[in-house]
Amino acid sequence: MEFSGRKWRKLRLAGDQRNASYPHCLQFYLQPPSENISLIEFENLAIDRVKLLKSVENLGVSYVKGTEQYQSKLESELRKLKFSYRENLEDEYEPRRRDHISHFILRLAYCQSEELRRWFIQQEMDLLRFRFSILPKDKIQDFLKDSQLQFEAISDEEKTLREQEIVASSPSLSGLKLGFESIYKIPFADALDLFRGRKVYLEDGFAYVPLKDIVAIILNEFRAKLSKALALSTKSFPPCMRQLHKALRENHHLRHGGRMQYGLFLKGIGLTLEQALQFWKQEFIKGKMDPDKFDKGYSYNIRHSFGKEGKRTDYTPFSCLKIILSNPPSQGDYHGCPFRHSDPELLKQKLQSYKISPGGISQILDLVKGTHYQVACQKYFEMIHNVDDCGFSLNHPNQFFCESQRILNGGKDIKKEPIQPETPQPKPSVQKTKDASSALASLNSSLEMDMEGLEDYFSEDS
Amino acid sequence: METFDPTELPELLKLYYRRLFPYSQYYRWLNYGGVIKNYFQHREFSFTLKDDIYIRYQSFNNQSDLEKEMQKMNPYKIDIGAVYSHRPNQHNTVKLGAFQAQEKELVFDIDMTDYDDVRRCCSSADICPKCWTLMTMAIRIIDRALKEDFGFKHRLWVYSGRRGVHCWVCDESVRKLSSAVRSGIVEYLSLVKGGQDVKKKVHLSEKIHPFIRKSINIIKKYFEEYALVNQDILENKESWDKILALVPETIHDELQQSFQKSHNSLQRWEHLKKVASRYQNNIKNDKYGPWLEWEIMLQYCFPRLDINVSKGINHLLKSPFSVHPKTGRISVPIDLQKVDQFDPFTVPTISFICRELDAISTNEEEKEENEAESDVKHRTRDYKKTSLAPYVKVFEHFLENLDKSRKGELLKKSGKTLCLSLLSS
Repeated sequence: MEFSGRKWRKLRLAGDQRNASYPHCLQFYLQPPSENISLIEFENLAIDRVKLLKSVENLGVSYVKGTEQYQSKLESELRKLKFSYRENLEDEYEPRRRDHISHFILRLAYCQSEELRRWFIQQEMDLLRFRFSILPKDKIQDFLKDSQLQFEAISDEEKTLREQEIVASSPSLSGLKLGFESIYKIPFADALDLFRGRKVYLEDGFAYVPLKDIVAIILNEFRAKLSKALALSTKSFPPCMRQLHKALRENHHLRHGGRMQYGLFLKGIGLTLEQALQFWKQEFIKGKMDPDKFDKGYSYNIRHSFGKEGKRTDYTPFSCLKIILSNPPSQGDYHGCPFRHSDPELLKQKLQSYKISPGGISQILDLVKGTHYQVACQKYFEMIHNVDDCGFSLNHPNQFFCESQRILNGGKDIKKEPIQPETPQPKPSVQKTKDASSALASLNSSLEMDMEGLEDYFSEDS
Repeated sequence: METFDPTELPELLKLYYRRLFPYSQYYRWLNYGGVIKNYFQHREFSFTLKDDIYIRYQSFNNQSDLEKEMQKMNPYKIDIGAVYSHRPNQHNTVKLGAFQAQEKELVFDIDMTDYDDVRRCCSSADICPKCWTLMTMAIRIIDRALKEDFGFKHRLWVYSGRRGVHCWVCDESVRKLSSAVRSGIVEYLSLVKGGQDVKKKVHLSEKIHPFIRKSINIIKKYFEEYALVNQDILENKESWDKILALVPETIHDELQQSFQKSHNSLQRWEHLKKVASRYQNNIKNDKYGPWLEWEIMLQYCFPRLDINVSKGINHLLKSPFSVHPKTGRISVPIDLQKVDQFDPFTVPTISFICRELDAISTNEEEKEENEAESDVKHRTRDYKKTSLAPYVKVFEHFLENLDKSRKGELLKKSGKTLCLSLLSS
């Protein structure tokens, strides 16, 4: 079974670096993007993909999936929004790149609740299914190989030897002969849903799977991986943001301090204005707030923190110090630092609900007693991610997020600065990589900006 | 052989664990060549002691530690569990949530009581030569599938000591299988569905999967003798009515008539085959086939598995060479080459082999001049002098295959240098 690495290196040597990064018009989004893009492109990509996924949803409702009408309409949507869809077109690098990056941006936006996750996964699966369905036969094998899936089409001789058995086993095959049907040989454990119901032929530990069933397997794999990735994303939210998130979901309302803190955090992890607005709107509408009132009142504030109103200043998200020292929460507030501002008993309960072990909880509470709030948060980080040493000195919620994403994405050096998304980390190790300390340096410099802009903000009437 | 008195167990077990239990082979199995560090040390055992005292999370440092503990505790029953992330006997010291079951053999438990609705000779804990064929068929059918369909190479079948058989699949990759895949394997191997309230438990579709076809071919070899002669399933109206309940009503009258006229189950079965294959289901549109005949054969003969035993990675199962406290019989490995000849009633009981040992020892002591011969040497030869010997041989054959595979894997991974050093060892 060939893995992608060797093939990619060969292609690169052949000189075609751009095509090497995206060899196919479709992908499983296994690796997060690691390039530098502007905030504007970031926002636009996210908005475009949301538009695309909404089309996928609408078309799936208006037409039967897989019919010609469905396919041609979806294809034109993809073309319009400049995302990839077909092989053998010229200049495929840009659309594929857009596809890749926008998918990962939306992961962040849609990881936050079960409902959002389910919707996102459903549309992404339908999109992948469509792209797979229009893939020409000869390209399928290449794509499967490059996607680290152990799927090999068997030779005609091997087919003939087992023709009767394969036909007798697979409900998706009608008739008595295999004809030109492609049959794939995969380890039996990879075809769980097929073999458990005896819907596939097994021989010597391998399942002999017709193409139609392979697609189902691939989509299931995709769904499982994506589901896991989204669930892990919530691990990346520090406690101060988790409690705001929870409060928001439960009460559909955050008071001013909370809105400010959370809004800026989301901005820091790259949630676009559109997404933020959508999100806030959704939450408030659930709490039965008037959408007009929302547009006039709250959305103004959000736009403000994105720098689109008023002074048009780009506010940077709060640092730990800022959150700990200023604007302490009172009754009914959910902002602030839970290690600093929560009653120790309530903090203990909260940590228990996050499934931290009793040993870990007592360590954290000890640190809190000694007023080492940020170290307590580091300890929380270590427990949640199952590491002995978090490897950094915490002073910013967005830093918590970045470090977490780093661990969860398998150690790839993805750094985010509060203002810009994605710091440079090119795929081939040609350039030097930025390390944690430089990311920290940029965060530290933003601290000063922090203090200035926000003092002004608080002096305004809101 | 039949005189087993459960009250003698404490004494018998003492002798068994001191002189007869095949510790070195047992350790050789569970250590799996020592390739993975602490594999044996992280294995859970459970002991059932006298008066039903049950202790879990037993674990041992090495063979000698295992021996000492077993001799000290004298367990009535020994179960084998999973290989955990930490030593099971220290699981209380581990951080909450960190103590996890990681690997275990894939196991199957086939119990005769699950066939009570289709055997006429016995029920519940009883077995007899007439119904033991069900186990023979089960072993053949399941083993063929495990070997030919799933590609599993190291399968140990063991007599449970009373009314069933167990299978331990020990391939390296199999020990790592998830609970979901284990469940899937049991589902693949299951055909008889429904409890007491369900009359017809097997329904075949038009397309017959090769697994089903091959299983039916195995059953065909035994069916006449087992079902039509020994079980006599069409003996009288009471028994053949049960079978008519499995075929469409439209052919009942015809069958009742021909059954009345026939003289034995063999004749009646011939009639049933003819009528059933002529039977046309309008919905199926002119499809002919012996599905009805096969559905009956499968309901009466096909293996019935307990999914709960197989799916859990941390499930505990009775250990081979453990003693059955009620029958006294040793849980012995079954020789797959001679599965048709296996007779559970000739499996030695603990009292029998202890008596054999006593008799031989007395003779030996009389002959033995050199009394300084070490105890260890005695012990390693002792089981060989009893009826346990052939069963230990079957076990050793199984272990040799495991060794061969392991060496083969190492060769593949390492290359020439290792190959040379292994060949010389």
